[in-house]
Amino acid sequence: MDGAPSNPQPIVGRANRDGADLFRRWYQDLARVAESGAGAAYVFVMGSMAEVLRVFDLPMVFPEINSLQTAVRRVADQYLSQAEDEGYSPDICGYVKADVAVQLRGGEHPMGRIPRPSLAVLTNACNTYIKWAEIWERMYHVPVFVLDVPGTRAGGAQTWPGHPDFETDRRYVASQIQELIAICEQVTSRRFDIDRLREVLGYANQMSGSWRRALELNQSVPAVFSALTDGTIYLGVSNAFRGTAEGSEYFAQLVEEMAYKAAHGIGTIQEEKHRLVFVGVPCYPIFRRFYELFAEWGGVFVSSTYLWFASGGTNLGFEYDLRQPLESLAEGVLISVRHAMDSMFYQDRMLDEMAEPFGVDGVVYHPIKSCRTVSTGLADSRRAFMQARDIPCLFIESDMMDKRVVSEAQMKNRIDAFFEGLNARKLQRAVA
Amino acid sequence: MLDPSIRLLPDLDSKPLEAILQAVTALVEDVGFPTVRRWRERGGRVLGHFQVYFPEEIAHAAGLLPVKVRGAPVEALQADSHFGSYLCSILKSSLELALSERVPLEMFVSHPICDAARNLAAVWGRNFSYPCQILYLPQNANSAHAAQYLSHEYARLLREVEGVAGTRVTEDDLRTSIGVYNENRRLLRRLYAIKRDQPWLLAIDEAYPLLSLGALIRREEHNELLRTIIPLIESRPARSQDKIRVVFEGGFCEQPPLDLLRTLSRSCYVVDDDLLIGLRWILEDVSATGDPLAALAEAYLERSSYSPVQHDQRKPKEAMLLQRVRESHAEAAIIAAAKMCEPGLDEQVVYAKALEESGIPFFVTEFEENMTSFDQVEIQLETFAENILFY
Repeated sequence: MDGAPSNPQPIVGRANRDGADLFRRWYQDLARVAESGAGAAYVFVMGSMAEVLRVFDLPMVFPEINSLQTAVRRVADQYLSQAEDEGYSPDICGYVKADVAVQLRGGEHPMGRIPRPSLAVLTNACNTYIKWAEIWERMYHVPVFVLDVPGTRAGGAQTWPGHPDFETDRRYVASQIQELIAICEQVTSRRFDIDRLREVLGYANQMSGSWRRALELNQSVPAVFSALTDGTIYLGVSNAFRGTAEGSEYFAQLVEEMAYKAAHGIGTIQEEKHRLVFVGVPCYPIFRRFYELFAEWGGVFVSSTYLWFASGGTNLGFEYDLRQPLESLAEGVLISVRHAMDSMFYQDRMLDEMAEPFGVDGVVYHPIKSCRTVSTGLADSRRAFMQARDIPCLFIESDMMDKRVVSEAQMKNRIDAFFEGLNARKLQRAVA
Repeated sequence: MLDPSIRLLPDLDSKPLEAILQAVTALVEDVGFPTVRRWRERGGRVLGHFQVYFPEEIAHAAGLLPVKVRGAPVEALQADSHFGSYLCSILKSSLELALSERVPLEMFVSHPICDAARNLAAVWGRNFSYPCQILYLPQNANSAHAAQYLSHEYARLLREVEGVAGTRVTEDDLRTSIGVYNENRRLLRRLYAIKRDQPWLLAIDEAYPLLSLGALIRREEHNELLRTIIPLIESRPARSQDKIRVVFEGGFCEQPPLDLLRTLSRSCYVVDDDLLIGLRWILEDVSATGDPLAALAEAYLERSSYSPVQHDQRKPKEAMLLQRVRESHAEAAIIAAAKMCEPGLDEQVVYAKALEESGIPFFVTEFEENMTSFDQVEIQLETFAENILFY
């Protein structure tokens, strides 16, 4: 068992509590940077390159996280409207539009104020990252670095270290990391420190290993956390604190808490009836209610593709080789970001593999208007999964930002019918 | 390998210009894709590649027919259930063409051009047994290592293509194909020069089918067609009319219906555009000496046009558009975007701002490949044109 706590009782609920504290502190720190007039690195959750940026002590701003905060705090419509008044279409990513409004407001948003960018670092895991960064490029005239990470060429055709195609991709990523380091040196006027990189990679290793373990622990019955709600808190910490001592410690404690809950049969909801996997991005405009629509039926999300791709694929638990930090960083970034992309495009294969270990009763697909990366293939993926597995699936469309395309009543009808089906199915099986 | 001299076009020799244009337009509008069907009936194999750019020379050298998968105005009867609601039409109609076997393929290649299209290889792969893959064109065009990476990626693609074609491709085969495509690019530049310099000789709804057909037939045959038709166009007895000179921007992926281009041509001379820009992506001859894959990679990055789906700090899109307007002596720009096309819609904001700041009139619109009503846009365009012509 992972770690035995000395004083077990207070640890239940600790990860959510500490996660919220860490998050508030992180935003306060960013507000202080903004007040000082200093800049930050604007980055994204799928391949933030925190490992490099921390070496230069660059504060990191995650515009995706800022944007989703506007939705969770139910003010997204004001931000979306402001961007649409600037000419942005109702049919593009809501995160982008909320960020445009944040920038137009001088960085003000519901959690405080964010600093201006001094550079932007993004991967190609999402094409909209690139279009988004072009907005900052024009607005602020700052360096924009696209770390191009070649993904899986065809389903099931990933190559691994030693394969010539993998090595070609690794060399390409490694060369670009060197270029990124040169830009960071220019922006910060500081020299790159390989020992500092080793230190950061060490923390990242601990976090990735713990993240992987925490996700595995949700195989427990009952599930020890909700991949939809609790998982989103862990995800926030994993992004904002990657490569730090605090982040690494937080995740070690998370594993301790989840192991404790698993050992003592403590579930995340009162009465777990149906174990579900969530595929897509949560419905942030009605986040709490969205969760309740499932929890009221005893539905618990034991895993979520969101926790895979939005952690940049760090759920794989890739461990950097500290003896060869730069080479290993290239390999780890390639494998992890590629996994994040696979989690969006080829998740039917992963769902198939996890069905037994997680005891999956149903899969909920939630494509959203805002994000074509995640959503475009879901209907087809669902078809493939249903052909492979006799596991009921629910397909509901809404959005992660825009209340105008979230119909709670319709959603409830569909969800209720889904659970009625699940209940009937369990009853029939019990009788048979 | 199939005899490359196989003809896919009907006999157009010695036909008058109008008859050739009519025949070409009919072929492009036929959603049964008769040229592709003819190729297959003769035992040929087809590589379908999704928008925007694909190094067709690689498939051509292996004896495959490279066909640009660019959607079509068809109802997505089968494909609809494979996608959600919030999506551009081209993805659905492209899959429909494959599912309905209008365009049967032996290989499908897509590119990570946008969030939606990068899903296509996975979707296709789940529905067809032939190889379906992504060609990872570099998205860090400014890396000093992008060309070398791309050259390796082309070599990887070539291996796959050889497997599908059942043949080995030599460097000389590739150089021969590069030569064919270099000629095609030269001919297309001539065609576009006519549109730019004497637009009354060639309307956009005539030029577009001539361009578009190239990605549905062997390029040797397209060259032959262009060599025949360009002199006929140049000697066409036509006179300049009171129409405004415009650049059409927004046709890099989903294609506007031909009827929209016809509507446009009634009030405008489209003197330049980005329709099917992948076919004109490379702006100069690709070197026919040295390593051919390296030459193709270098040309993709260093001698190429622009589009909303490529980020290259050397080619800011709005500056490139202004350059296109300037070089084609256009008076105005039509800034179009396909419905639900994120890159196109993002770029509209930037283009509009740049044009406004430069004092260039512009017309913003959205389209869908299967739209059928054009009355409203026609009236709006006429008003737009009249404002420029008379005020």
